[in-house]
Amino acid sequence: MSLTTKDVDKIAWLARLAIDQSHVTAYTRDLSGILDFVEQMNAVSTAHVTPMAHPTDQPQRLRPDIVTEFDQRQLFQACAPLVDAGLYLVPKVLE
Amino acid sequence: MHNKTIAELAAGLRDKEFSSRELTTHFLARIGQYNPALNCFITVTEELALQQAEAADARIAAGKAGPLTGVPIVQKDIFCTKGVRTSCGSKMLDNFIAPYDATVVERLGRAGTVMLGKANMDEFAMGSSNETSFYGIVRNPWDTNAVPGGSSGGSAAAIAARLTPGATGTDTGGSIRQPAAFCGITGLKPTYGLVSRYGMIAFASSLDQGGPMARSAEDCALLLQEMAGFDEKDSTSVKRTVPDYRAGLNERLAGLRIGLPEEFFDEALDSEIARTIEAAIAEYEKLGAEVKKISLANMRLSVPVYYVVAPAECSSNLARYDGVRFGYRCQNPKDVHDLFMRSRGEGFGAEVKRRILIGTYVLSAGYYDAYYLQAQKIRRLISEDFKQAFEQVDVILGPTAPSVAFGFGEKTSDPIAMYLSDIYTIGVNLAGLPAMSIPVGFSSNRPVGMQLIGNYFKEAQLLNIAHRYQQVTDWHRRVPANFM
Repeated sequence: MSLTTKDVDKIAWLARLAIDQSHVTAYTRDLSGILDFVEQMNAVSTAHVTPMAHPTDQPQRLRPDIVTEFDQRQLFQACAPLVDAGLYLVPKVLE
Repeated sequence: MHNKTIAELAAGLRDKEFSSRELTTHFLARIGQYNPALNCFITVTEELALQQAEAADARIAAGKAGPLTGVPIVQKDIFCTKGVRTSCGSKMLDNFIAPYDATVVERLGRAGTVMLGKANMDEFAMGSSNETSFYGIVRNPWDTNAVPGGSSGGSAAAIAARLTPGATGTDTGGSIRQPAAFCGITGLKPTYGLVSRYGMIAFASSLDQGGPMARSAEDCALLLQEMAGFDEKDSTSVKRTVPDYRAGLNERLAGLRIGLPEEFFDEALDSEIARTIEAAIAEYEKLGAEVKKISLANMRLSVPVYYVVAPAECSSNLARYDGVRFGYRCQNPKDVHDLFMRSRGEGFGAEVKRRILIGTYVLSAGYYDAYYLQAQKIRRLISEDFKQAFEQVDVILGPTAPSVAFGFGEKTSDPIAMYLSDIYTIGVNLAGLPAMSIPVGFSSNRPVGMQLIGNYFKEAQLLNIAHRYQQVTDWHRRVPANFM
């Protein structure tokens, strides 16, 4: 499976990850190599195998519907890069 | 003092041979002396350590001490520590002061341990050599031209150099066992769900598991005792009684059935390592164990499966780093997309980016079935292989890694060569089984690690098997020449 630099640009956009243009060729080579390597999986017939998402095969644990977390906005926003009046600041989304 | 095991230090504290403050000061002095050359630590928490040591001494004086009260340890910098920087080895979290403690940190704190600092690691635990850390490489105390392994490389090197008697690590594909092997120490990756993942920064959530690293199996038992157990705050934590891990350490091994998977002794294995492992097997036969050849037929696919499953989970988990709520934020973003893209692009290193990109790709429309679903199906086959093996044997034994510690830069230009250094450890994570690495000798003056894989929740048995070996050998007591 060989990727093109255009594919890598598209994946990087989906991942919201800026890639330095001078590195795109290297990423394209590395990612193609990794995909070639994982192709080995195709040699195995798995038509009747149940996928395993998780090692414990346990159902999700339920808990009573009660409030266990309390407002700690100030504490949690103390490590935010930019806040004002309790709000996280980001560049304007709508013009 | 620094050559004593945790068990010996705990006894010394109890018998008032030395105080926790004296012990802590001693280790802090060693860190000051040796860490500049090794770079095992991202943060040394000297002031906090001395406070905790004084509190421990007060507890010991009041007769309220537990088995680990006053013992210094190191936390891998993947565990959140309230009020202390928790960087995960990344520029992304260089400025992140955790607002809460991970459950593992809280439990070890409650037990009265003293935290000396936060250990260096591969960025977001993605690496097998500690070369992806934003904070620089860690050197292997046995040979400073060699890597310490990864991702828990700082923890392993600090233990080997006697800068701490024990540490925490995490293991997603071998990140406790492989550095333990490379640095000649003992490490345990518990069954998935035994140790809480709450506050342990997520990489691949269905594989990540925290565990103890120390110099002996007995010390790992002591640490695991405090770390293990159900936690309401981790939705995958397993509710079951934690056994007394120390109680069974001396059980006899007569009749123990050891399985040797042919796939672990293949052409990828260095011949000197093979000979070293065979010598260890002979010790087990002397202890009364029976050895049997087994097969884990799908094991050769564990690395390809892992490099679909782990990046897929990583790409979802690392989506949270967006430059908005915490962590790195780029300068002067021109719009919100630029904010996300540049904060992530500038905050993450190359290996983390590779894995996010692979993960995004294998989960994207049109490729999910071919990659992610197929990987999950083969994951089942790998897990079934183990299940069948454990119908014939009690424990599986083999090398931890195909080579001893390699040199800096040897594998950094070829991601797949690096991934293959975890070829014997990754299957265990896919199945969720417990496994250990213990030192069994040297090859070219670098330590060789042997892996023991147990059935689900058989940590006590693994520790027993490792401990008995350590009673009749002294590899785990060897000290690197420059760190006596």
